[in-house]
Amino acid sequence: MRHRQAIALLALVGFCIALYLWMYKTGIIGRLQCGTGSCEYVQTSRYGTLFGVPVALYGMVGYAGIFAVALAGLQPAFADRRWPTTVIAALAAGGVLFTLYLTYIELFVLHAICRWCVGSAVVITVIAAVAIPAAVKRERGVGSGP
Amino acid sequence: MKRFYALLGLVAVVAAVLIWKGSRPESAPLAATESPPVPVTAADSAFHGFTLGSDSAPVEVVEYADFQCPHCAEFAVVQFPTIRDQLINAGRVRWRFRDFPLGFAWSRLSALASQCAGEQGKFWEMSDALYQRQSDWGRNPKNPGGLFRDLARGVGVDVGKYDACMDAQRYAGRLEASHQEGVARGVNGTPTFFVNGRLRDFPRGATSDAFQALVDSILRTRS
Repeated sequence: MRHRQAIALLALVGFCIALYLWMYKTGIIGRLQCGTGSCEYVQTSRYGTLFGVPVALYGMVGYAGIFAVALAGLQPAFADRRWPTTVIAALAAGGVLFTLYLTYIELFVLHAICRWCVGSAVVITVIAAVAIPAAVKRERGVGSGP
Repeated sequence: MKRFYALLGLVAVVAAVLIWKGSRPESAPLAATESPPVPVTAADSAFHGFTLGSDSAPVEVVEYADFQCPHCAEFAVVQFPTIRDQLINAGRVRWRFRDFPLGFAWSRLSALASQCAGEQGKFWEMSDALYQRQSDWGRNPKNPGGLFRDLARGVGVDVGKYDACMDAQRYAGRLEASHQEGVARGVNGTPTFFVNGRLRDFPRGATSDAFQALVDSILRTRS
């Protein structure tokens, strides 16, 4: 239960970061608070969009999914079920892979770092670090329920 | 469990407050050379950008760009010369440049420099020079005003008049008007292209081939 609570909290933080970047990308916010980073440089590059959709929107959807599953997994009806942790682990693993791709683009193509993207990368990595071992543990029969 | 939900609520509220504060223009730090919003006059709004190509060209491309944006420079240096040769000089396309300064440190300064060169009929020459030398000034924290002045001199601009124009920030209103127009049309990044008034995405990149194909298809449907 504790790990699902932690994941829900982290997913909410990740969602807020993605929402902030999406608001910038869609023009709702005119400027990003970025300190000395290169957030606008990264966000306005052609890699800020994938298949015509802002990359931040993928993040919002992913974090919203993780958040929803983590909350569902905290409900008494699902608390002992294995699947919420497994689904979160799968989503987080996908998120980490996507983040690795984006970080590669930042470091080796754009040569610029967006602090908010780094924040999101840390969040999704921690979620994966919490969820994947928990899912593996449950797969081995430590957990109960289907 | 109640404490957990209270914590979730707290995180949501704090995030909402931070996003709201961050979105307020007065809380945003101004970039190095930016000044507060300038008034836009009727003359500023009446200016619709510098154009290249025949007035009777059947296709008009409007480009919203920022001289400090690396992708604008890549497009200008790699793709635009071919577009100029094959489409603009051939009388098939008229190209219209609109400023959309994004808020990089030198976005507005470079746009002002191009406008001041444009006042003397050297907009496109200055535009080429700014993009070609972007690697020298785009990532450099040092004020590139001196370099811009040298570039202006290099393209044949009267530097005395250029200096007066830059000192007075004569075309700041134009930039603001162009930016506001872009925002109203849904521009949120650069370069953004409108072809015959319609926003065009180039998912595989805004290449000269992509423009050639698009113009061909527009002209085919017309004939």
